[in-house]
Amino acid sequence: MQCPKCHAAMHTYNRNGVQIEQCSNCRGIFLDYGELEALTRLEAQWSQPAPPPPAAPQAYPAPPAPAWGAPHGGHHGHHGHHQRGFGRMLFSS
Amino acid sequence: MTPDALLPTLTARAKARAHTRTPTCPCDAVTLAHRPDATVVRHAGTVAKAHAPGTDPTTLTHRVTTAAALPGVFLPPLDPTPTPVHVPPHDRLVTFWPYGTPVDPDDPTAAPWEAAGTLLARLHRTHLTTPRKRPPNLPPMRGPQKAAAAITALHETTRRHPHPATTATATVTAHILRAWATLPPWARAEAPMPDTATLCHGDLHLGQLVRHPAPDGPWLLIDVDDLGVGVPAWDLARPAAWYACGLLPPEDWSRFLTAYRAAGGPAVPPDGDPWPALDVPARALTVQTAARSLTKAIAAGREPDEVDRLLIDACARMAFVPADLGNPSPT
Repeated sequence: MQCPKCHAAMHTYNRNGVQIEQCSNCRGIFLDYGELEALTRLEAQWSQPAPPPPAAPQAYPAPPAPAWGAPHGGHHGHHGHHQRGFGRMLFSS
Repeated sequence: MTPDALLPTLTARAKARAHTRTPTCPCDAVTLAHRPDATVVRHAGTVAKAHAPGTDPTTLTHRVTTAAALPGVFLPPLDPTPTPVHVPPHDRLVTFWPYGTPVDPDDPTAAPWEAAGTLLARLHRTHLTTPRKRPPNLPPMRGPQKAAAAITALHETTRRHPHPATTATATVTAHILRAWATLPPWARAEAPMPDTATLCHGDLHLGQLVRHPAPDGPWLLIDVDDLGVGVPAWDLARPAAWYACGLLPPEDWSRFLTAYRAAGGPAVPPDGDPWPALDVPARALTVQTAARSLTKAIAAGREPDEVDRLLIDACARMAFVPADLGNPSPT
């Protein structure tokens, strides 16, 4: 396709799974519908590890949990105040 | 049924067996468990267990033999075969074991999650590493049967206690039964399990680990009653269920799962999401535990407590999420 601004040829590049067209002359970029959102999503994923960790006592990243699990996938302290009940469960069939 | 006739007999047997092992016995004796399905007494360093009435001697012998063949995994039995003990109205089979120090029930933070994961991985790898240690006629592990028994017991209790069967209890029972219905037939003991090669414990919880020699030897598995071949993810499923329901901190679940994987456990893939393999057994154990909890609450005439609620709520959510039938575990 041709660049809408300078009419030079545009080349297709793949950036993290998103197809983008870039003008070989003016370096302008053309995005299809939804591609900007896709890139924004990717950017969010990339920047996620950047913010400093909150003062969480968690030493491990929360492991995966099933969809039927407790809200927050079991990684927000339901357990703290359940130690007694948990202890009861822990030792019985 | 007079389990009380059993206790003095078993206590005497434990004492006699202990005295054949130690001429100078301190003679401290204690009853460790006294339930309809099992009575366990300790005399000094010797433990005697009377197995459930109706236990098949051949099957139990296979299970005891299997434990004896796995010294780094199972507590080794003192004798290769169970002893029949006549206690009217039942003959009970009795096995003798060395005493091991259990996990402190008052200190869940001291739970040996790494040891539990490592021991299970070793057990599950038996048929890969030392095929001859698995007797050819070992029965299926009894995990699904126990889950089905918990559902049967819930049915019976709701029938026998119609008065506290309030609308709330009926709703909760319905949640549990709907969750049970999401499971494939093998997980409900209605069809053979898809894995007939892997050796499984069948009833893992933290009461099934002891240190032997007491008090600080290595951790070993105990209780052969449910031992057999089957789907190894079942043995990971009780901690998995506790974690999923919000009862077990993610750190503890990670320690257990990481140790299991590090030891080459075959129940889950070596990395990535373990839940496709765990989903069905963890649902089954959540349902089983919820059914047991509700049965106890109904029998005691009380409402389900906060911990019971977490399990019941998970059952309620299960009905809206189809079971992940995953890939059959590697055999």
